Amino acid sequence: MHPTLTSDRVLAVIRAATEDVFQTMLMVPIEPEPSFHEQAASQSFDGVIAFVGLAGPWAGSGRIACSPALACRISGALLSCEFAAVTEEVLDAIGEITNMIVGGIKTALEEELGPMGLSIPTVIFGRNYQTRASGATNWIVAPYRCESESFDVRLCLVPQARVAPHRLETTGSLV
Amino acid sequence: MALDVLIVDDSAAIRKILQRVLVQAEVALGSVYEASDGQEALDRLKQARVGLILSDINMPNMDGLEFLGRIRADAAWKDVPVIMITTEGSQNKVMQALQLGANGYVKKPFTADQIKEKLAGIL
Repeated sequence: MHPTLTSDRVLAVIRAATEDVFQTMLMVPIEPEPSFHEQAASQSFDGVIAFVGLAGPWAGSGRIACSPALACRISGALLSCEFAAVTEEVLDAIGEITNMIVGGIKTALEEELGPMGLSIPTVIFGRNYQTRASGATNWIVAPYRCESESFDVRLCLVPQARVAPHRLETTGSLV
Repeated sequence: MALDVLIVDDSAAIRKILQRVLVQAEVALGSVYEASDGQEALDRLKQARVGLILSDINMPNMDGLEFLGRIRADAAWKDVPVIMITTEGSQNKVMQALQLGANGYVKKPFTADQIKEKLAGIL
């Protein structure tokens, strides 16, 4: 029998892990905005998305999505420099920020769900693309305001018996 | 005497940050070598002697725990200080790393002071 996991608990863990990374390593103020649930496929997106997969008794994905401008801003904060455009360094930094956030989520949830594995990050940058993780049907979304931009951190996690193998599907133009 | 350091992490951003922290910690740095996974780190160690290793755990090709196990099994590297710096925060992973011979363990996200504190205890 799987342990129960409430969406309120997951949301609290997402918030704590995200705010820990922003306060500890980025020192960029962020403001939480109202959370929501999103079913299945997301709408077309322009910007940077990074995924980290979780595997174990429960499996799924954690994801951060932001505009190119915000990706440059928070990568610059991490590396103490400025980026005028999304570069390899920016994509690497966003991948690592996602890795730290999802790693924090994993560590917190392992207390209730048992050991889980963490994938290395996948980062996508482009225009008018969609992403989909097979088996991921209910994302818990924690949006934030950061200066004049917004971003969100989201998580989908389901008991292993119900999850299909994760496959990332993208459509649209990648740059 | 200058300290040569090997930083092992698949993120170039983290390698850059750790190098900056070493400078801030006023470590008398010699050469800083970088590797993006455990296998590349083993290759670096064939070419250079280092006095400190900072290593991630989750990496492609060869993860940090396997890398740690390999160097602790090698007489040439069994005593070199190793600090694991990783998103893996579970007690299980910490214990595994310490049992394999890690000298310190820092969880990401980290502050410069946390790294400096570990360095002070080891160097």
